[in-house]
Order: sequence, then structure tokens, then C-alpha cells
Amino acid sequence: MLHLNRKNKSKLPEISTASLPDIVFILLFFFMTVTVMKNNRLLVENTLPNADEIEKLDKRDRVIEIIVGRPTKQYTSIVGVESKIQLNGKFAHVDEIGSYVLAEIAKMPEHLRSVAIISLKIDKTVNMGIVSDIKEELRKVNALKVNYTTFEGDAFNNLQ
Amino acid sequence: MPRRKGAPEVNAGSMADIAFLLLIFFLVTTTIETDAGLDRMLPPMEPPTEEPPIIRQRNIFTVNINRNGQLLVEEEIMDIKNLRAAATAFLDNGGAPSGDPEHCSYCKGKRDSESSDNPTKAIISLKNDRETKYSTYITVQNELVGAYNDLRNREAQRLYGTDFVKMEAEYLNPETPSSVRDELKDKVKRIQELFPQKLSEAETSKNQ
Repeated sequence: MLHLNRKNKSKLPEISTASLPDIVFILLFFFMTVTVMKNNRLLVENTLPNADEIEKLDKRDRVIEIIVGRPTKQYTSIVGVESKIQLNGKFAHVDEIGSYVLAEIAKMPEHLRSVAIISLKIDKTVNMGIVSDIKEELRKVNALKVNYTTFEGDAFNNLQ
Repeated sequence: MPRRKGAPEVNAGSMADIAFLLLIFFLVTTTIETDAGLDRMLPPMEPPTEEPPIIRQRNIFTVNINRNGQLLVEEEIMDIKNLRAAATAFLDNGGAPSGDPEHCSYCKGKRDSESSDNPTKAIISLKNDRETKYSTYITVQNELVGAYNDLRNREAQRLYGTDFVKMEAEYLNPETPSSVRDELKDKVKRIQELFPQKLSEAETSKNQ
């Protein structure tokens, strides 16, 4: 038995694991570079509605987010239960949207300014009144490309 | 006293473990998120002096959503599930008689003279209450965009043997080679001209 084992060992040389750290490091750097730490905490409830005729929003560099929804539990005592707008991690009033969008567009490189998209992340339960006000503000500053951001799914699920 | 020859070597055996730990951390925290949604263009602010263009009543398809999420389509109550079919029938109607400059040669609708003349003239007007739920609004938007996409798919199938949605996705994909994209651009444009998306959203009614 011993003899047989020794014979096998001499036939199969050990696989060198010396390059394993390098491989792992390459993977590590890949994930480090693609990771975007979520920097804005959600201050509002944000369950998006479903839709199926959707288009992907994969070019992140030209997207400006506007989040709308009811304040989460920890903020209801301060700002109430009515739907609120969240811009860049802060609660905002409708009037501030125009200047915020213009400031965000000004931050973009010049060739992207004309293709900027406003991503409206609006909670299912929000009433259309506030949405119309936001659209009106966007029209005032001529930011006309909007994307009603949704989850992928059957649109009729929204009605229940 | 024996003298050391240089610094002792640092054992690098645990390097892989450390790297693995970091790797797993980043793997877990990474969410490669791609948002998706309904793309829409808002109407530009119109100059106050400009006269609104005159549009024939039969070329307008009115959709009203009330605060309870009920639909009033062309003055009749309609279930939201039938909206797509109704919108498709309206857009595809092609009511203008042959010989008329507005005659629609590719329409397959009923050619009802009381409905839209031509898909390029047909306008869908969407109105909602301030208390309409956003989710209902998205469903209606989704159905209307769906009606346009269905018709565009049909024409794309007829002309190019492929779906419009597929063509558009490929056209918008930055990884598609530019030679293919240029070719697709004309096709996508042509289909879009056959069924232009004319979805008007009036200001929300306030006191009705």
C-alpha cells in the first residue's frame, strides 16, 4: 500500500498555488472599482410600481434622481406623514427641484448636458398632485427627458 | 554571535486569505444596479403668444383617470384591462379615405370615419386627478406605451422581420458596432415615423 502511494505521488506533481493571491487580487480590484457605495440613505418609503414596457437606464453618468414617498418611521415625527421629496439625501420642497436639477446638470461634462435624464423614483402610494408639481418644475427648467423608474413586472399588479 | 544576513522574509502565506476576505466583502456589498423604467418626454413650456393648433376632435383619444383609479375613455367608463386594445384600435384606425393625402396605407383598423384619420395625426390625451394614485397612473402609461409598441412591432415585423422593441434595444446598446447602429437608426426612425408617440398630458385638473 505504502509503495503504491509513493508511486502515485511521484507521478502527479503538486499544483502550484503561488499565483492564487494574484488571481484573487485581480478579482478584488475589479470589485473594488465597480462597487458604488450607496451614499444617499433613503429618507422616504420607496416601493416602485411595476411596469413591463420599460427601457433600461444603464448610463449612470447622465441620470439625476428625484425620490418621492412618505417619510420613513423615524422621520414622521419631524416632517409628518405627507409625501415628501428627497433630493440628494435631504428633504426638499417642490420649489427647490428646478435649481437642484440645473446644478446637477451644470456638474456634468458638457457633452452629457443635453442628454440628461431625470429618474423619478416615486413610491406607489404617492398621489399624482405632487408628481404633477414636479413635472411642472422640470418643464420650467427645460429638463424634459424623464424616466418613471419602475420595477419590472406585470403592470396590473399595481392595482391591488 | 552569528550575524543575520538581511531582514528575515515575511511570510506571505496568509496573503491569499486576507485578499479572499476583502474579496468576499466587496462581493457581498456590490449591487450592480441598473434601473429601468418608462421613458417619457415632457412637453416644453409653450410660449404664451402662440395659438394652440386646431386638432379635430376625432383625432383625440381622451383618457381620464379619477381619484378612485377609474378610467373614463372617450366619455365611457372602461376597465383598465381593455385600455390597450382600445388605444390600439384608435391609433390603427386610419379613417381617412383612400385618395385623401392623409390616407394610411399600412393601417389595419376598422377605418371608422368617426375615429382617427391617420396614426401620425392621432393624439392620446391623458388627464388625471391630483388624488389619483401614482401606481394607477403608471399602469395607464404602461398600457398606452404598450399599445404603441404593439403597433410598432407589427410594422417592424412586416418591413424588417423583427420586433421594434428588439431593434431599438440593439440600437441603444453602446456595445453594438457603429456600422450596425447606423443601419438600425434609419429603420428605427422609419417605424417611429409610422406610429409617432403623441401622448399629451394636460395639467392636472384641480377643481372638478
